[in-house]
Amino acid sequence: MSDFSERYSRQIMLPDFGEERQRRLCDASVLIVGAGGLGTAAATYITGAGVGHIGIADPDVVSLSNLQRQTLYSEKQIGRSKTECAHERLREMSSVSRFTLHPESVSEENARELVRGYDLVIDCTDNFPARYVIDDACAAEGTPWVHGAIGEYHGHVTVFNYRMQRRYVELYPDRDALCSLPRITGGVIGVVPGVVGVLQASEAIKILTGIGEPLEGRLLTIDLMTMNTTFVEY
Amino acid sequence: MDVDINGRRMHIDGDHKTLAELLEGEGFTGIGQAVAVNNCVVPRAEWTNFKITDGMKLTIIRAVCGG
Repeated sequence: MSDFSERYSRQIMLPDFGEERQRRLCDASVLIVGAGGLGTAAATYITGAGVGHIGIADPDVVSLSNLQRQTLYSEKQIGRSKTECAHERLREMSSVSRFTLHPESVSEENARELVRGYDLVIDCTDNFPARYVIDDACAAEGTPWVHGAIGEYHGHVTVFNYRMQRRYVELYPDRDALCSLPRITGGVIGVVPGVVGVLQASEAIKILTGIGEPLEGRLLTIDLMTMNTTFVEY
Repeated sequence: MDVDINGRRMHIDGDHKTLAELLEGEGFTGIGQAVAVNNCVVPRAEWTNFKITDGMKLTIIRAVCGG
């Protein structure tokens, strides 16, 4: 059995997945914007699943308060670049994926250039301006993106700019109001971004391989305290 | 009329309210919020004309930005 067949055997053996869809993942590229709670969870499973080229964008360094939820990092990495530290762990997980590090914030100036060349973007950012910038850049570049966002105990997941070409700004038209809110450091239970980030990875895998029913035109909300989930169409 | 807002049954005075009137009456600004009626989001531009009737289910979703 080849390394490829063995490494991905548990996916390839799925009747609806198989070797052909695994090869699609290996040929695919994904940009993960934000390497915090959502991004570290998503990156882990995107790497494990076998996406061939993975970009990680984040300007921050690892801090002690990250370790409660950002599971790629360790105490000895505090103070070091998140993209570098994430890369160290992810390349140990898989030597067959290629990684590109973007140690910078996504902004109006660089967003299109960052997004260009990737098949899909996973939005793991932690502020509204970045999300609207990703919305604009992905619309301009024709790139689907998986949105994930969390509050204290709950999260949202949906897919924008895929076949239905839905936009974040259409779901939330109050761009100026949301972007002018003061940035605050909110509390969060560590598992919340873990759950939402893994759901984002799942949506990415579905889109890249053409399996299942991606959450396009549907917003999932999940409350981990009650385990109530809702789907609304938009 | 009675409507369901985020899973809570509520009695609303009057039978001819629009979505915009109902939200204002219940103290929702709508800023940064998406509102679904019977699980379908009503575009913001339609709030002032969208008639709410007895038994409708509203889901008010506040945009969150944590990551």
